[in-house]
Amino acid sequence: MAEIIQAEGKQKGGKKKAKKFSTHIDMTPMVDLMCLLITFFMLTTAFSKPKAMEITMPEKDDIEQKTAPKIEAERTINILVSGDDKIYYYFGLADPKLPLPQLISTNYSKDGIRKMLLQRNILVFKAVKELRDKVIRGDEVMADSTLTRKVKELKKTVDPKAPIILIKADEKAKYKNLVDIIDEMAICTVANYAVVDINDLEKAMINGTAVSTPAAK
Amino acid sequence: MPKIKAPVRTPHIDMTPMVDLFALLLTFFMLTTSFRPSEATVIDTPSSVSEKVSPEKDVIIILVGKDNKVFLNFDNGKDTAVLIRKEVLKKVAEQYNLTFTEKELKTFSTWASFGMPADKLKAWINTEDSKDREAFQTGIPVDSADNQLNLWVRFIRLQNPRAEVAIKGDGEADFKTVKHVMDILQDNKVNKFNLTTNLMKDEAKLEE
Repeated sequence: MAEIIQAEGKQKGGKKKAKKFSTHIDMTPMVDLMCLLITFFMLTTAFSKPKAMEITMPEKDDIEQKTAPKIEAERTINILVSGDDKIYYYFGLADPKLPLPQLISTNYSKDGIRKMLLQRNILVFKAVKELRDKVIRGDEVMADSTLTRKVKELKKTVDPKAPIILIKADEKAKYKNLVDIIDEMAICTVANYAVVDINDLEKAMINGTAVSTPAAK
Repeated sequence: MPKIKAPVRTPHIDMTPMVDLFALLLTFFMLTTSFRPSEATVIDTPSSVSEKVSPEKDVIIILVGKDNKVFLNFDNGKDTAVLIRKEVLKKVAEQYNLTFTEKELKTFSTWASFGMPADKLKAWINTEDSKDREAFQTGIPVDSADNQLNLWVRFIRLQNPRAEVAIKGDGEADFKTVKHVMDILQDNKVNKFNLTTNLMKDEAKLEE
């Protein structure tokens, strides 16, 4: 690595000159080291901070005391999440004493569950989108927190018939499926949704073994 | 006429600007870096559109691995301000009639996520080699017969009531396990969870 110092022409019998060393420092090792350190820091750095999705579960005591709010059956959409990325939904209420609602199988794609949710939630979705677009275009100027609050307000007030989604996952479902479906709620700006336990009848509906026993008239 | 010899010189590149640049980059990376905490298991979090930044302070992180093992991390890294790890370990140890020396407590308080039955903790702390230590990470027992996660969470919450809970689950973990963890948390009056996810943009489009 060191510089090759050219030998001066031979001077026979002449005075010996002290060799002149150049004051040039060889920086190569320093560069090597820095390269190494930069690589190390680049690889160990975590640039993107992890994000979090917030969910709030209903308090357990509430469920036991039956103080949970009653929900209207016609607004309810039940989403059943099962293994192998399978997903089903039905409207209304599944009651063993009534004829069973039709269970519709769908998927996580844009034309699957999202299409259905958007259709049902179109009024809220449009209102929220309009507000967001206004902010993006700069027609309305507001802080992020104000926007969040306004979106929340819109979700509550725009459509009194907005769907209420009940998310129910069975034992075969993966954690990813749950996150995906909650995410879908955020994408479609669904205001009311909850993760609740699946019941035996719904499990049977997924398996196709559900039998309804309508009360004899 | 003798030929004029051009003096042979070694080609020398001036490295000063390069060094300058490297020094700058190095400084930048050193200052901005926040080390990825080494975790007990590799976790591939699912993605979502959520842009909320995961809380960094006062947080109990529950990790659910691909193989449904449950690990715990609390009061570690940036939020070491409260220093409750020692106290919590003491409390848990009491329940299992274990005693830890001051040195062991100190070691425990500096380490990150862990997942093992309480009676294995001592051996884990006293294992010098980090490779050998990994073998102890078998997950915290969560079944109803010996629900140690419940105990941990309760003592952490008693020591630091402000602590929020973040669940960092692998996408391939079973919903059943995650649900079970949530149930345990709800038993401890935690009803709000942060599910750690990766950011992935996605937007619904209306068909015109």
